[in-house]
Amino acid sequence: MPTTMIAGRPIDVNDEGFLSSYDQWDEKLGAELAKLIGIDMTEAHWAPIRFLRSDYPARGETATLRRASTVGGFAIKDLFELFPGKPAKKMAYIAGLPKPKGCV
Amino acid sequence: MKRLVILGGGTAGTMVANKLRAAIGTHELHITVVDRDDAHHYQPGYLFMPFGIYNTSDIVRSRHRFIDDGVELVLTEIDRVDPASRTVHLADGRLLPYDVLVIATGVSPRPDATPGMQGKLWGQKVHEFYSLPGAQALTEAMRRFRGGRLVVHITEMPIKCPVAPMEFTFLADDWLRKHRIRERTEVTYVTPLDGAFTKPVASRELATALVDRQIALETDFAVEHIDNDTAELVSFDGRRIGFDLLVTVPLNMGADYIARSGLGDELNLVPCDQHTMRSLAYPDIHVLGDAGTLQTSKAGSVAHFAVDVFVHNFLDDFNGRPATHGFDGHANCFIESGNGKGMLLDFNYTTEPFTGDFPLPVVGPFKLLKETRLNHIGKLAFRWIYWNLLLPGRPIPMIPTTMSLAGKRVEKDVTAAGTGMPTAVAPSSPAPTPRATPRPKLASMPLTKPRPEPAVPPARSPATAAAGYTDRPGVDSAADQVLPTPIIPKF
Repeated sequence: MPTTMIAGRPIDVNDEGFLSSYDQWDEKLGAELAKLIGIDMTEAHWAPIRFLRSDYPARGETATLRRASTVGGFAIKDLFELFPGKPAKKMAYIAGLPKPKGCV
Repeated sequence: MKRLVILGGGTAGTMVANKLRAAIGTHELHITVVDRDDAHHYQPGYLFMPFGIYNTSDIVRSRHRFIDDGVELVLTEIDRVDPASRTVHLADGRLLPYDVLVIATGVSPRPDATPGMQGKLWGQKVHEFYSLPGAQALTEAMRRFRGGRLVVHITEMPIKCPVAPMEFTFLADDWLRKHRIRERTEVTYVTPLDGAFTKPVASRELATALVDRQIALETDFAVEHIDNDTAELVSFDGRRIGFDLLVTVPLNMGADYIARSGLGDELNLVPCDQHTMRSLAYPDIHVLGDAGTLQTSKAGSVAHFAVDVFVHNFLDDFNGRPATHGFDGHANCFIESGNGKGMLLDFNYTTEPFTGDFPLPVVGPFKLLKETRLNHIGKLAFRWIYWNLLLPGRPIPMIPTTMSLAGKRVEKDVTAAGTGMPTAVAPSSPAPTPRATPRPKLASMPLTKPRPEPAVPPARSPATAAAGYTDRPGVDSAADQVLPTPIIPKF
């Protein structure tokens, strides 16, 4: 497990760059992670990220787009506009959570 | 007298009922199985129907024929489960109290969950093969197909039998060649995943098989709706894929009574422990087969292995001993690849599918992730095994409950990003050109010795996995070695 400097702090990540510890995240770090993948965070961006953060601890897995939509109430179309290309993966990265599990 | 109620008389429910009936006398344990009808479908057979290999009579048997006479079979719809009073409410008003409840009602395709899927093209140009009527309608559509754009599509994961859409694609390719319309047909495989399959080595091997067959691969496709006027799949990010025949796998969801009972997640799947299949919310409820949240394939082989573990634990508990068995996520799936050949996958929670020999090193006789005739014969033989060994609860020869690494060519450090996975096709319309990337050289794979695998995995559930996390924002890493720049994932 590598450790890298992000936002001037040492942060544990996995080989792909996703955070490996829930504890090390705060919103300042989230904004920095977003910047690394070319996203400027606005309130519209923060709402689903906060949902993902609050949904994670009880379930132990990152919410899928469907869960963000049916439980969190976010329109999937909007998430594609806020986090273009791969919203589920990008949101997980910014929220400091594991990449959503590819299903089996 | 204890009361065991099993909801669902399919693969898992039937096996559990028969195994426990054989182990415990009727005066000690009353077993009830509830299902809506008396038709047991051999679901892996749907795949073969559109190609005329199986017909309805090969696939459907009566449920009660396969359920032990010492088991009460109740045929009606389920209204809801009341976990607080440990009672199942049936749709006809009857109540079934239980001491232990097994939920084994699986998942079913929900074409109504995608806008436009059941539009005017449904049953005409838009088909599915995850239900008997769907497979029957597609059989007709294949018979009438004269070439054009065939699109095979997965709406969203998880689906049961996750390799079935890939198998359908291979079988369709073979069928089109035999009917001499392959060169008039453009075949595209459309998936919400970022590769041909979920696990890196299998994804690489299957993507290669697609390239070899000149089948285009469209990845990361999250369908928003089906446009019935233009006959196109439309994704949330604006991609459009036109079709003359669309074979889709609709969203798979658990039964509606699970939602009415407050037992499920957003897909009506019941959150359960990965190793004991026990409900995370109610200790007297267990989930077997496709109905739960096991992080492995929703497949008959998984149901079989998980039922073995559950039965051991149930008997231990019944006899006052501590239950010690844990499921390792073992899945064993034959993949039809067309032209009388098949491949084989064998994996569990911690070991992805690798190439190699199965079940024995060198001699096999089956080859993992390679197309062989014997793998195909294994797949066809499975229908006999299903009716005659699996459902009655008899042991299956050669295949152990716990996965073994013997014979597997383990590849270390394979990540989705670094597998040399063929990116067969540019990820958007217009019509792609296959054979864009060379086949990866198998000889260059790193070969390492198998790691020993613990027989019983540590008991751990998704909820407890997260328990170590407390929200103490801003804690820094305690590591000594720090890379000066961040690692940015490939998106």
